[in-house]
Amino acid sequence: MIVETDPVSSTGGPPLAHGTAVGGPDALLRVEDVSVSLGGRLILDRVSFSVGAGEFCGLIGSNGAGKTTLLRAILGLIAPAAGRIVVAGGARSRRNPQIGYVPQKIALEPDMPLRARDLVGLGLDGHRFGISGPSAKRRLAVDEMLDAVGATPFAEARVGSLSGGEQQRVMIAQALISRPKLLLLDEPLANLDIRSAAEVVELLARIAGEQRIAILLSAHDMNPLLPVMDHVVYLADGRAASGTTDQVVRTDTLSRLYGHSVEVIHVQGRVLVVAGAEHQAHHAGDDDPSPWKA
Amino acid sequence: MLGAASWSPLFEPGFFSSEPVHVALVVGAIAAIVSGTVGVFTVIRGQSFAGHALSDIGTAGGSAAFLVGASTIYGFVAFNVVAAAVMELIGLRKPRGRDLATGIVLGASLGLAALFLYEDTISSSTTGATVNVLFGSIFTLPSGITTVMTVLGVASVALIVVLYRPLLLSSVSYDLAAARGVPVRLVGGGYLLALALAVSMSAVTIGAILSTALLIGPAAVALRLATRTGVAILIAAAVGVFACWAGTLIAYDSTVWAGGNGWPVSFCIVAVIFVFYFASGIVSRLRTDRRRVATRDRPKAPTPVEVA
Repeated sequence: MIVETDPVSSTGGPPLAHGTAVGGPDALLRVEDVSVSLGGRLILDRVSFSVGAGEFCGLIGSNGAGKTTLLRAILGLIAPAAGRIVVAGGARSRRNPQIGYVPQKIALEPDMPLRARDLVGLGLDGHRFGISGPSAKRRLAVDEMLDAVGATPFAEARVGSLSGGEQQRVMIAQALISRPKLLLLDEPLANLDIRSAAEVVELLARIAGEQRIAILLSAHDMNPLLPVMDHVVYLADGRAASGTTDQVVRTDTLSRLYGHSVEVIHVQGRVLVVAGAEHQAHHAGDDDPSPWKA
Repeated sequence: MLGAASWSPLFEPGFFSSEPVHVALVVGAIAAIVSGTVGVFTVIRGQSFAGHALSDIGTAGGSAAFLVGASTIYGFVAFNVVAAAVMELIGLRKPRGRDLATGIVLGASLGLAALFLYEDTISSSTTGATVNVLFGSIFTLPSGITTVMTVLGVASVALIVVLYRPLLLSSVSYDLAAARGVPVRLVGGGYLLALALAVSMSAVTIGAILSTALLIGPAAVALRLATRTGVAILIAAAVGVFACWAGTLIAYDSTVWAGGNGWPVSFCIVAVIFVFYFASGIVSRLRTDRRRVATRDRPKAPTPVEVA
């Protein structure tokens, strides 16, 4: 376990925004005091956390909390205004082969002439110019990857014709085939039915454990991740609290993060984050975190 | 004469010995191959709009070339390549960019086309220019055209071959391609250049207004039949070449049936493409029906009862 301190819960004082750099020297991903501004608006405010090998980290926050921006910064698609992002010991840069990426819901038409196996192949050499010749080695690598994510039964089908859960498996295979050390997934569970979401989470947890890959997965609902999450980064208004689920998903920590009173309720093994009672009384109808969007 | 006529009921006499027909067949085949190759990506990327925009802009280019006495292909290419560059700068990917491009660039270029075509008509005292530029006249192309077409055709297909994988990856997800280090804007710009050339060559074959038909039609047929991008490109190119050749033949033969005044080649080519599209719809529907029957027996996910 990498995380020893949590800036929000440990001090009890106001320096919530100023996150303490966490993570040992062996962390695969270190985000240190990162701020990002887009169009003059501060999207991320001094965010710090780290993810180690084999660790499953959930990046939780409602829409607009800055999850996608943070992932894009880690990928090198956005330059942080301040702070540092270190991936596998080296400075973050574009085309970092250490990072595998599953973007937010790809919208492929059902008639797009691209089979699941072709998309996985693009994960291997899609950035190269020219056409790939037939290669037994390439085919074997693709077959192995399809098998590893359980996508062999629909390997020959068009990606656009697959169900949401099947598409996510193919996208995960696409991201893993280049053997990255860090896997970033942007809302992979959005639009999935409960059963498919649970299957995808289970698959990812298995991969993280077996291949010692660090996984950072963004989601607006943390509940499907609770059984497997080693570590949570909770984003609200561009600020982050990180630590174990028990450290972060607490009434006092999240209230400080949101800057107003929220309450964490445990119902039958699930977690709900709702507006606090006294706050609700005074600011009914405010843009409070709703239980389903937390 | 009688012997030649009975040689085949399909080919009217003189089809194979006519020089304009030779040129038409070669030009049509080149335009169809390029359009098929580029067109599959155009449909995949949802950029039929850009193809149509270029065909409008090409109209201005073709009519300008006619005015200065040059071959229309040069006008199509010059205007389309410049337009493609402008569209890339405006940012065609964004909806706002599309709106601006529609209102300003297309409006302006069709206005120019109206002016040039008017001047063409005045200066040549015929209405030939309008029909020639808008609807094409594949039987009256200048003799040097095949060389120009070959050079441009090889260039644009080579461009697509070079860009193939990154273009496909960025068509799946722009962000994913960017994260993998693909120079996404460069690749998108290179593709737009190939599109500009394809539309120009198509415009020479079936006219500026109809050029999108050769670009999108065969690609749409291919997408209904193929599950792989490479196969889709081959099908699109084959359908396009067949449509151009069959259309040319029908137009040639129609001079005999219609008593001297044959149907326009462009009409015949577009009609053949439409028939293909219609037929491919039937084929793909039959296929999905069969697949549905086949999957009915497959073990399904557990029923809600089992999950509970």
